[in-house]
Amino acid sequence: MMADLFMLTALCILISVAGALIRAWRGPGRADRMMSAQLIGSGGVGIAVLIAAARSEPAILDVALVLALLAAFAALAFVKTVTPEGAGDPEADEAETP
Amino acid sequence: MSLAFDLALCALILGAAGLAVAGRNLFGSVVFYIVYGVLIALAWVSLGAADVALAEAAIGAGVTGVLLIGAWQGMKDAGGLEAEITQSLPVRVLAGLGAAALGGLIGFAILSLPGHEGLTGPVAENQPAVNLGNPVTAVLLSFRAYDTLLETLVLSAALAAVWSLTPAGLWGGIPGPKHTTRPDGVMASFGRLLPPLGLLVAVYLVWAGADQPGGAFQAGTVLAAVWILIVLAGLRDEPRLSSLTLRVIVIAGPLVFLGAALAGALSGLALGYPEGHARTLILIIEYALTLSIAATLALLIAGPARRAP
Amino acid sequence: MSVVEGIIAGLLVLGVFFYVAGTVGLLRFPDTHSRLHALTKADNLGLGFIVIAAGLHWGDGWIAGKLALVWLLTLFAAGMAAQLVARAALKAEGGE
Repeated sequence: MMADLFMLTALCILISVAGALIRAWRGPGRADRMMSAQLIGSGGVGIAVLIAAARSEPAILDVALVLALLAAFAALAFVKTVTPEGAGDPEADEAETP
Repeated sequence: MSLAFDLALCALILGAAGLAVAGRNLFGSVVFYIVYGVLIALAWVSLGAADVALAEAAIGAGVTGVLLIGAWQGMKDAGGLEAEITQSLPVRVLAGLGAAALGGLIGFAILSLPGHEGLTGPVAENQPAVNLGNPVTAVLLSFRAYDTLLETLVLSAALAAVWSLTPAGLWGGIPGPKHTTRPDGVMASFGRLLPPLGLLVAVYLVWAGADQPGGAFQAGTVLAAVWILIVLAGLRDEPRLSSLTLRVIVIAGPLVFLGAALAGALSGLALGYPEGHARTLILIIEYALTLSIAATLALLIAGPARRAP
Repeated sequence: MSVVEGIIAGLLVLGVFFYVAGTVGLLRFPDTHSRLHALTKADNLGLGFIVIAAGLHWGDGWIAGKLALVWLLTLFAAGMAAQLVARAALKAEGGE
Protein backbone atom coordinates (compact mmCIF):
# COMPACT_ATOMS: atom_id res chain seq x y z
CA MET A 1 0.00 0.00 0.00
CA MET A 2 2.59 2.58 1.11
CA ALA A 3 5.04 1.14 -1.42
CA ASP A 4 2.52 1.74 -4.21
CA LEU A 5 1.93 5.27 -2.99
CA PHE A 6 5.67 6.04 -3.11
CA MET A 7 5.97 4.54 -6.59
CA LEU A 8 2.92 6.51 -7.77
CA THR A 9 4.57 9.69 -6.50
CA ALA A 10 7.80 8.71 -8.28
CA LEU A 11 5.83 8.21 -11.51
CA CYS A 12 4.17 11.63 -11.15
CA ILE A 13 7.55 13.33 -10.62
CA LEU A 14 9.03 11.46 -13.57
CA ILE A 15 6.23 12.68 -15.84
CA SER A 16 6.57 16.19 -14.41
CA VAL A 17 10.32 16.44 -15.05
CA ALA A 18 9.83 14.90 -18.50
CA GLY A 19 8.06 18.14 -19.37
CA ALA A 20 11.35 19.91 -18.73
CA LEU A 21 12.76 18.16 -21.80
CA ILE A 22 10.61 20.48 -23.91
CA ARG A 23 12.54 23.44 -22.53
CA ALA A 24 15.84 21.66 -23.18
CA TRP A 25 14.76 21.17 -26.80
CA ARG A 26 13.42 24.66 -27.45
CA GLY A 27 15.99 26.69 -25.53
CA PRO A 28 16.24 29.44 -26.68
CA GLY A 29 19.30 30.26 -24.58
CA ARG A 30 21.92 27.80 -23.39
CA ALA A 31 21.01 28.83 -19.84
CA ASP A 32 17.44 27.61 -20.46
CA ARG A 33 18.69 24.24 -21.67
CA MET A 34 21.03 23.93 -18.70
CA MET A 35 18.19 24.73 -16.30
CA SER A 36 16.10 21.87 -17.60
CA ALA A 37 19.03 19.52 -16.93
CA GLN A 38 19.14 20.91 -13.40
CA LEU A 39 15.40 20.30 -12.96
CA ILE A 40 15.74 16.68 -14.10
CA GLY A 41 18.70 16.31 -11.74
CA SER A 42 16.69 17.35 -8.70
CA GLY A 43 13.76 15.25 -9.94
CA GLY A 44 16.17 12.30 -10.10
CA VAL A 45 17.19 12.86 -6.47
CA GLY A 46 13.50 12.85 -5.45
CA ILE A 47 12.75 9.72 -7.46
CA ALA A 48 15.73 7.86 -5.96
CA VAL A 49 14.54 8.79 -2.44
CA LEU A 50 11.03 7.56 -3.30
CA ILE A 51 12.20 4.21 -4.72
CA ALA A 52 14.41 3.76 -1.64
CA ALA A 53 11.35 4.34 0.58
CA ALA A 54 9.07 2.12 -1.53
CA ARG A 55 11.49 -0.81 -1.24
CA SER A 56 12.81 0.06 2.25
CA GLU A 57 16.28 -0.17 0.72
CA PRO A 58 18.63 2.32 2.45
CA ALA A 59 21.46 1.61 -0.01
CA ILE A 60 19.49 3.44 -2.72
CA LEU A 61 19.69 6.58 -0.56
CA ASP A 62 23.42 6.60 -1.29
CA VAL A 63 22.55 6.98 -4.97
CA ALA A 64 20.37 9.99 -4.09
CA LEU A 65 23.27 11.33 -1.99
CA VAL A 66 25.76 11.08 -4.87
CA LEU A 67 23.26 12.60 -7.34
CA ALA A 68 22.65 15.49 -4.94
CA LEU A 69 26.38 16.00 -4.31
CA LEU A 70 27.18 16.22 -8.02
CA ALA A 71 23.95 17.97 -9.06
CA ALA A 72 25.64 21.32 -9.52
CA PHE A 73 28.74 20.20 -11.41
CA ALA A 74 27.39 20.53 -14.92
CA ALA A 75 25.83 23.91 -14.07
CA LEU A 76 29.18 25.06 -12.64
CA ALA A 77 31.02 24.01 -15.80
CA PHE A 78 28.30 25.74 -17.87
CA VAL A 79 28.51 29.12 -16.15
CA LYS A 80 32.24 29.19 -16.78
CA THR A 81 31.69 28.94 -20.55
CA VAL A 82 30.52 32.56 -20.73
CA THR A 83 33.99 33.70 -19.63
CA PRO A 84 37.13 33.69 -21.81
CA GLU A 85 38.57 30.16 -22.19
CA GLY A 86 36.01 29.00 -19.64
CA ALA A 87 38.48 29.93 -16.92
CA GLY A 88 36.81 32.88 -15.22
CA ASP A 89 33.86 33.59 -12.96
CA PRO A 90 30.65 35.18 -14.32
CA GLU A 91 30.47 37.13 -11.06
CA ALA A 92 33.84 38.79 -11.56
CA ASP A 93 33.91 42.22 -13.18
CA GLU A 94 35.21 42.43 -16.73
CA ALA A 95 38.40 44.11 -15.53
CA GLU A 96 39.24 41.29 -13.15
CA THR A 97 38.74 38.57 -15.74
CA PRO A 98 42.02 37.83 -17.47
CA MET B 1 2.71 0.61 -10.05
CA SER B 2 6.37 -0.31 -10.41
CA LEU B 3 5.65 -1.56 -13.94
CA ALA B 4 4.05 1.76 -14.94
CA PHE B 5 7.06 3.61 -13.53
CA ASP B 6 9.51 1.35 -15.38
CA LEU B 7 7.65 1.78 -18.67
CA ALA B 8 7.58 5.57 -18.31
CA LEU B 9 11.30 5.56 -17.44
CA CYS B 10 12.12 3.43 -20.51
CA ALA B 11 10.16 5.79 -22.76
CA LEU B 12 11.94 8.78 -21.26
CA ILE B 13 15.40 7.19 -21.65
CA LEU B 14 14.72 6.44 -25.32
CA GLY B 15 13.35 9.98 -25.77
CA ALA B 16 16.40 11.64 -24.18
CA ALA B 17 18.79 9.43 -26.18
CA GLY B 18 16.93 10.16 -29.41
CA LEU B 19 16.91 13.91 -28.79
CA ALA B 20 20.64 13.87 -27.93
CA VAL B 21 21.37 12.29 -31.31
CA ALA B 22 18.76 14.10 -33.41
CA GLY B 23 19.27 17.63 -32.08
CA ARG B 24 20.85 20.21 -34.38
CA ASN B 25 22.03 22.30 -31.44
CA LEU B 26 25.28 20.90 -30.07
CA PHE B 27 24.85 22.34 -26.58
CA GLY B 28 21.31 20.94 -26.51
CA SER B 29 22.73 17.50 -27.28
CA VAL B 30 25.18 17.84 -24.37
CA VAL B 31 22.27 18.70 -22.07
CA PHE B 32 20.25 15.70 -23.28
CA TYR B 33 23.25 13.46 -22.67
CA ILE B 34 23.54 14.72 -19.06
CA VAL B 35 19.80 14.08 -18.61
CA TYR B 36 20.28 10.63 -20.12
CA GLY B 37 22.95 9.91 -17.46
CA VAL B 38 20.54 10.79 -14.62
CA LEU B 39 17.80 8.61 -16.14
CA ILE B 40 20.14 5.63 -16.62
CA ALA B 41 21.20 5.90 -12.96
CA LEU B 42 17.48 5.74 -12.04
CA ALA B 43 17.05 2.70 -14.30
CA TRP B 44 19.81 0.88 -12.39
CA VAL B 45 18.13 1.89 -9.14
CA SER B 46 14.87 0.44 -10.39
CA LEU B 47 16.62 -2.78 -11.42
CA GLY B 48 17.95 -3.11 -7.87
CA ALA B 49 21.61 -2.64 -8.89
CA ALA B 50 22.61 0.07 -6.43
CA ASP B 51 26.34 -0.45 -7.09
CA VAL B 52 25.99 0.32 -10.79
CA ALA B 53 23.54 3.13 -10.08
CA LEU B 54 26.14 4.77 -7.80
CA ALA B 55 28.81 4.55 -10.49
CA GLU B 56 26.44 5.88 -13.16
CA ALA B 57 25.26 8.72 -10.92
CA ALA B 58 28.85 9.80 -10.27
CA ILE B 59 30.15 9.33 -13.83
CA GLY B 60 27.10 9.96 -16.01
CA ALA B 61 25.34 12.68 -14.10
CA GLY B 62 28.42 14.34 -12.57
CA VAL B 63 31.77 14.04 -14.28
CA THR B 64 30.67 13.46 -17.90
CA GLY B 65 28.76 16.75 -17.89
CA VAL B 66 31.93 18.67 -16.98
CA LEU B 67 33.89 16.77 -19.63
CA LEU B 68 31.37 17.37 -22.43
CA ILE B 69 30.84 21.04 -21.59
CA GLY B 70 34.64 21.43 -21.55
CA ALA B 71 34.78 19.79 -24.98
CA TRP B 72 32.04 22.12 -26.22
CA GLN B 73 34.05 25.09 -24.91
CA GLY B 74 37.12 23.81 -26.74
CA MET B 75 35.16 23.57 -30.00
CA LYS B 76 33.78 27.07 -29.52
CA ASP B 77 37.25 28.53 -28.87
CA ALA B 78 38.59 26.77 -31.96
CA GLY B 79 35.72 28.14 -34.07
CA GLY B 80 34.36 24.64 -34.61
CA LEU B 81 30.77 25.52 -33.71
CA GLU B 82 30.19 27.56 -36.86
CA ALA B 83 31.48 24.84 -39.16
CA GLU B 84 28.76 22.73 -40.69
CA ILE B 85 29.23 19.21 -39.36
CA THR B 86 27.14 16.97 -41.56
CA GLN B 87 28.26 13.61 -42.82
CA SER B 88 27.10 12.37 -46.20
CA LEU B 89 23.98 10.20 -46.27
CA PRO B 90 25.78 6.85 -46.87
CA VAL B 91 28.05 7.48 -43.86
CA ARG B 92 25.03 8.21 -41.67
CA VAL B 93 23.17 5.14 -42.90
CA LEU B 94 26.27 3.00 -42.25
CA ALA B 95 26.68 4.41 -38.74
CA GLY B 96 22.99 3.77 -38.03
CA LEU B 97 23.20 0.19 -39.33
CA GLY B 98 26.36 -0.47 -37.29
CA ALA B 99 24.72 0.84 -34.11
CA ALA B 100 21.55 -1.18 -34.79
CA ALA B 101 23.60 -4.35 -35.41
CA LEU B 102 25.55 -3.85 -32.16
CA GLY B 103 22.33 -3.20 -30.23
CA GLY B 104 20.74 -6.29 -31.78
CA LEU B 105 23.75 -8.45 -30.87
CA ILE B 106 23.71 -7.24 -27.25
CA GLY B 107 19.96 -7.90 -27.05
CA PHE B 108 20.48 -11.38 -28.52
CA ALA B 109 23.29 -12.12 -26.05
CA ILE B 110 21.11 -11.10 -23.09
CA LEU B 111 18.06 -13.05 -24.30
CA SER B 112 20.15 -16.17 -24.88
CA LEU B 113 21.56 -16.21 -21.32
CA PRO B 114 20.72 -19.60 -19.81
CA GLY B 115 18.04 -19.71 -17.12
CA HIS B 116 16.77 -16.85 -15.03
CA GLU B 117 18.91 -17.40 -11.95
CA GLY B 118 22.09 -15.94 -13.40
CA LEU B 119 25.16 -16.22 -11.20
CA THR B 120 23.50 -15.07 -7.98
CA GLY B 121 23.48 -18.59 -6.53
CA PRO B 122 27.14 -19.52 -7.14
CA VAL B 123 28.28 -16.08 -5.93
CA ALA B 124 26.26 -16.35 -2.70
CA GLU B 125 27.68 -19.86 -2.15
CA ASN B 126 31.29 -18.74 -2.44
CA GLN B 127 30.93 -15.35 -0.76
CA PRO B 128 31.82 -16.57 2.76
CA ALA B 129 35.25 -17.62 1.45
CA VAL B 130 36.26 -13.98 0.96
CA ASN B 131 34.32 -12.71 4.00
CA LEU B 132 32.70 -9.75 2.19
CA GLY B 133 29.06 -8.72 2.61
CA ASN B 134 28.77 -7.06 -0.81
CA PRO B 135 28.50 -9.69 -3.59
CA VAL B 136 29.53 -7.13 -6.23
CA THR B 137 32.82 -6.40 -4.45
CA ALA B 138 33.40 -10.15 -4.05
CA VAL B 139 32.96 -10.65 -7.81
CA LEU B 140 35.02 -7.61 -8.83
CA LEU B 141 37.98 -8.19 -6.53
CA SER B 142 38.06 -11.92 -6.11
CA PHE B 143 35.99 -14.12 -8.42
CA ARG B 144 36.66 -11.95 -11.48
CA ALA B 145 39.61 -9.94 -10.15
CA TYR B 146 41.33 -10.56 -13.49
CA ASP B 147 38.82 -8.31 -15.31
CA THR B 148 39.08 -5.56 -12.70
CA LEU B 149 42.88 -5.59 -12.82
CA LEU B 150 42.80 -5.14 -16.60
CA GLU B 151 40.22 -2.35 -16.27
CA THR B 152 42.42 -0.37 -13.89
CA LEU B 153 45.30 -0.78 -16.36
CA VAL B 154 43.01 0.51 -19.15
CA LEU B 155 42.45 3.70 -17.14
CA SER B 156 46.21 4.26 -16.77
CA ALA B 157 46.71 3.55 -20.48
CA ALA B 158 43.99 6.07 -21.36
CA LEU B 159 45.80 8.70 -19.28
CA ALA B 160 49.07 7.92 -21.08
CA ALA B 161 47.21 8.34 -24.39
CA VAL B 162 45.83 11.74 -23.34
CA TRP B 163 49.28 12.87 -22.17
CA SER B 164 50.77 11.83 -25.49
CA LEU B 165 48.80 14.71 -27.06
CA THR B 166 50.90 17.24 -25.13
CA PRO B 167 52.22 19.99 -27.47
CA ALA B 168 56.01 20.13 -27.96
CA GLY B 169 57.83 21.87 -25.15
CA LEU B 170 55.05 21.57 -22.59
CA TRP B 171 55.75 18.00 -21.48
CA GLY B 172 55.27 17.70 -17.72
CA GLY B 173 53.51 21.07 -17.63
CA ILE B 174 50.19 22.10 -16.12
CA PRO B 175 46.90 21.09 -17.77
CA GLY B 176 43.98 23.40 -18.48
CA PRO B 177 43.71 27.18 -18.21
CA LYS B 178 44.43 29.01 -14.95
CA HIS B 179 41.04 29.39 -13.30
CA THR B 180 40.28 32.64 -11.56
CA THR B 181 37.17 33.47 -9.57
CA ARG B 182 35.99 36.42 -7.55
CA PRO B 183 37.46 35.94 -4.06
CA ASP B 184 34.64 35.05 -1.64
CA GLY B 185 32.16 35.05 -4.53
CA VAL B 186 29.51 32.39 -4.86
CA MET B 187 31.70 30.07 -6.91
CA ALA B 188 34.70 30.23 -4.59
CA SER B 189 32.48 29.76 -1.53
CA PHE B 190 30.79 26.75 -3.12
CA GLY B 191 34.25 25.36 -3.86
CA ARG B 192 35.07 25.58 -0.15
CA LEU B 193 31.72 24.30 1.11
CA LEU B 194 31.32 21.13 -0.93
CA PRO B 195 34.73 19.38 -0.75
CA PRO B 196 34.50 18.41 2.97
CA LEU B 197 31.09 16.82 2.32
CA GLY B 198 32.41 15.19 -0.85
CA LEU B 199 35.38 13.71 1.04
CA LEU B 200 33.00 12.39 3.69
CA VAL B 201 30.80 10.73 1.06
CA ALA B 202 33.83 9.25 -0.75
CA VAL B 203 35.30 7.77 2.45
CA TYR B 204 31.85 6.43 3.34
CA LEU B 205 31.41 4.81 -0.08
CA VAL B 206 34.73 2.98 -0.03
CA TRP B 207 34.23 1.99 3.60
CA ALA B 208 30.68 0.72 2.97
CA GLY B 209 31.75 -0.97 -0.27
CA ALA B 210 32.98 -4.11 1.48
CA ASP B 211 29.55 -5.03 2.79
CA GLN B 212 27.00 -2.81 1.01
CA PRO B 213 26.79 -1.08 -2.38
CA GLY B 214 29.76 1.22 -2.90
CA GLY B 215 33.42 0.62 -3.57
CA ALA B 216 36.62 1.94 -5.08
CA PHE B 217 35.25 3.12 -8.41
CA GLN B 218 32.30 5.02 -6.96
CA ALA B 219 34.41 6.60 -4.20
CA GLY B 220 37.21 7.41 -6.64
CA THR B 221 34.79 9.20 -8.97
CA VAL B 222 33.41 11.32 -6.12
CA LEU B 223 37.00 12.20 -5.09
CA ALA B 224 37.78 13.14 -8.69
CA ALA B 225 34.69 15.37 -8.74
CA VAL B 226 35.91 17.13 -5.57
CA TRP B 227 39.31 17.66 -7.22
CA ILE B 228 37.68 19.12 -10.35
CA LEU B 229 35.47 21.40 -8.25
CA ILE B 230 38.45 22.82 -6.34
CA VAL B 231 40.20 23.57 -9.64
CA LEU B 232 37.10 25.09 -11.32
CA ALA B 233 36.50 27.27 -8.27
CA GLY B 234 40.04 28.63 -8.67
CA LEU B 235 41.11 27.57 -5.17
CA ARG B 236 44.06 25.43 -6.28
CA ASP B 237 45.71 25.09 -9.66
CA GLU B 238 46.14 21.70 -11.35
CA PRO B 239 49.43 20.00 -10.40
CA ARG B 240 52.47 19.77 -12.65
CA LEU B 241 52.13 16.52 -14.60
CA SER B 242 55.83 15.82 -14.05
CA SER B 243 55.26 15.61 -10.29
CA LEU B 244 56.59 12.30 -8.98
CA THR B 245 54.02 12.17 -6.15
CA LEU B 246 51.21 12.53 -8.65
CA ARG B 247 52.52 9.74 -10.86
CA VAL B 248 53.02 7.45 -7.88
CA ILE B 249 49.37 8.04 -6.88
CA VAL B 250 48.21 7.27 -10.44
CA ILE B 251 49.93 3.88 -10.55
CA ALA B 252 49.67 2.94 -6.84
CA GLY B 253 46.37 1.09 -7.24
CA PRO B 254 47.33 -1.04 -10.27
CA LEU B 255 50.76 -1.71 -8.65
CA VAL B 256 49.26 -2.94 -5.38
CA PHE B 257 46.79 -5.04 -7.36
CA LEU B 258 49.55 -6.52 -9.53
CA GLY B 259 51.62 -7.15 -6.39
CA ALA B 260 48.77 -9.15 -4.86
CA ALA B 261 48.36 -11.07 -8.13
CA LEU B 262 52.08 -11.84 -8.23
CA ALA B 263 52.18 -12.91 -4.59
CA GLY B 264 49.29 -15.25 -5.33
CA ALA B 265 51.05 -16.58 -8.42
CA LEU B 266 54.19 -17.36 -6.41
CA SER B 267 52.17 -19.28 -3.85
CA GLY B 268 50.26 -21.26 -6.45
CA LEU B 269 47.35 -19.28 -7.93
CA ALA B 270 47.55 -15.89 -9.66
CA LEU B 271 45.10 -13.46 -7.99
CA GLY B 272 44.36 -16.13 -5.39
CA TYR B 273 44.33 -14.73 -1.89
CA PRO B 274 45.79 -16.77 1.00
CA GLU B 275 43.15 -18.50 3.11
CA GLY B 276 41.71 -16.23 5.80
CA HIS B 277 43.38 -13.04 4.53
CA ALA B 278 41.16 -12.39 1.51
CA ARG B 279 39.15 -9.59 3.12
CA THR B 280 42.18 -7.69 4.41
CA LEU B 281 43.99 -7.90 1.08
CA ILE B 282 40.89 -6.90 -0.88
CA LEU B 283 40.37 -3.85 1.34
CA ILE B 284 44.00 -2.76 0.89
CA ILE B 285 43.60 -3.08 -2.90
CA GLU B 286 40.29 -1.15 -2.76
CA TYR B 287 41.80 1.77 -0.82
CA ALA B 288 44.82 2.02 -3.12
CA LEU B 289 42.57 1.78 -6.19
CA THR B 290 40.30 4.54 -4.87
CA LEU B 291 43.18 7.04 -4.83
CA SER B 292 44.48 5.95 -8.23
CA ILE B 293 41.05 6.05 -9.88
CA ALA B 294 40.39 9.50 -8.39
CA ALA B 295 43.69 10.93 -9.67
CA THR B 296 43.40 9.23 -13.08
CA LEU B 297 39.82 10.41 -13.74
CA ALA B 298 40.58 13.97 -12.61
CA LEU B 299 43.68 14.08 -14.84
CA LEU B 300 41.75 12.60 -17.79
CA ILE B 301 39.23 15.45 -17.46
CA ALA B 302 42.06 17.99 -17.11
CA GLY B 303 43.63 16.80 -20.38
CA PRO B 304 47.21 17.22 -21.63
CA ALA B 305 49.50 20.00 -20.38
CA ARG B 306 48.72 23.44 -21.80
CA ARG B 307 51.08 25.58 -19.78
CA ALA B 308 54.84 25.30 -19.22
CA PRO B 309 55.81 23.82 -15.85
CA MET C 1 -4.62 3.99 6.99
CA SER C 2 -2.95 5.20 10.16
CA VAL C 3 -2.42 8.86 11.04
CA VAL C 4 1.27 8.74 10.10
CA GLU C 5 0.41 7.19 6.74
CA GLY C 6 -2.12 9.95 6.16
CA ILE C 7 0.51 12.59 6.91
CA ILE C 8 2.98 10.85 4.57
CA ALA C 9 0.38 10.78 1.78
CA GLY C 10 -0.33 14.49 2.31
CA LEU C 11 3.39 15.33 2.18
CA LEU C 12 3.80 13.33 -1.02
CA VAL C 13 0.91 15.20 -2.66
CA LEU C 14 2.51 18.51 -1.66
CA GLY C 15 5.85 17.29 -3.03
CA VAL C 16 4.34 16.40 -6.41
CA PHE C 17 2.53 19.74 -6.48
CA PHE C 18 5.76 21.71 -6.15
CA TYR C 19 7.62 19.57 -8.68
CA VAL C 20 4.80 20.14 -11.18
CA ALA C 21 4.84 23.85 -10.32
CA GLY C 22 8.57 23.90 -11.11
CA THR C 23 8.04 22.30 -14.51
CA VAL C 24 5.09 24.53 -15.37
CA GLY C 25 7.16 27.58 -14.40
CA LEU C 26 10.11 26.42 -16.50
CA LEU C 27 7.82 25.99 -19.50
CA ARG C 28 5.48 28.96 -19.08
CA PHE C 29 7.53 31.85 -17.64
CA PRO C 30 8.48 34.40 -20.29
CA ASP C 31 12.25 34.81 -19.86
CA THR C 32 15.35 33.07 -18.55
CA HIS C 33 15.56 34.94 -15.26
CA SER C 34 11.90 34.31 -14.37
CA ARG C 35 12.29 30.62 -15.20
CA LEU C 36 15.23 30.48 -12.81
CA HIS C 37 12.81 31.19 -9.95
CA ALA C 38 10.61 28.25 -10.90
CA LEU C 39 13.59 25.95 -11.21
CA THR C 40 15.61 26.71 -8.10
CA LYS C 41 12.82 27.25 -5.60
CA ALA C 42 9.80 25.12 -6.46
CA ASP C 43 11.37 21.74 -7.09
CA ASN C 44 13.66 21.93 -4.06
CA LEU C 45 10.63 22.63 -1.89
CA GLY C 46 8.99 19.58 -3.48
CA LEU C 47 12.07 17.51 -2.66
CA GLY C 48 11.88 18.78 0.93
CA PHE C 49 8.35 17.39 1.36
CA ILE C 50 9.37 14.07 -0.18
CA VAL C 51 12.42 13.81 2.07
CA ILE C 52 10.27 14.44 5.16
CA ALA C 53 7.74 11.84 3.97
CA ALA C 54 10.50 9.26 3.45
CA GLY C 55 11.97 10.08 6.87
CA LEU C 56 8.60 9.57 8.56
CA HIS C 57 8.13 6.29 6.68
CA TRP C 58 11.43 4.91 7.96
CA GLY C 59 11.33 6.41 11.44
CA ASP C 60 15.07 5.87 11.82
CA GLY C 61 17.48 8.56 13.04
CA TRP C 62 20.50 7.51 10.95
CA ILE C 63 18.43 7.42 7.76
CA ALA C 64 16.75 10.72 8.63
CA GLY C 65 20.24 12.25 8.93
CA LYS C 66 21.21 10.95 5.52
CA LEU C 67 17.95 12.27 4.03
CA ALA C 68 18.60 15.67 5.59
CA LEU C 69 22.10 15.68 4.03
CA VAL C 70 20.58 14.86 0.62
CA TRP C 71 18.24 17.83 0.91
CA LEU C 72 20.96 20.16 2.22
CA LEU C 73 23.21 19.27 -0.73
CA THR C 74 20.50 20.01 -3.29
CA LEU C 75 19.79 23.33 -1.57
CA PHE C 76 23.50 24.27 -1.79
CA ALA C 77 23.54 23.24 -5.44
CA ALA C 78 20.36 25.18 -6.25
CA GLY C 79 21.56 28.31 -4.44
CA MET C 80 24.89 28.27 -6.23
CA ALA C 81 23.33 27.47 -9.61
CA ALA C 82 20.64 30.15 -9.27
CA GLN C 83 23.13 32.94 -8.64
CA LEU C 84 25.69 31.91 -11.23
CA VAL C 85 23.31 30.85 -14.01
CA ALA C 86 21.57 34.23 -13.63
CA ARG C 87 24.93 35.97 -14.12
CA ALA C 88 25.87 33.71 -16.99
CA ALA C 89 22.52 34.37 -18.69
CA LEU C 90 23.11 38.15 -18.33
CA LYS C 91 26.54 37.85 -19.95
CA ALA C 92 25.25 35.66 -22.76
CA GLU C 93 22.05 37.63 -23.29
CA GLY C 94 20.41 36.64 -26.51
CA GLY C 95 21.26 33.00 -25.99
CA GLU C 96 22.68 31.12 -28.92
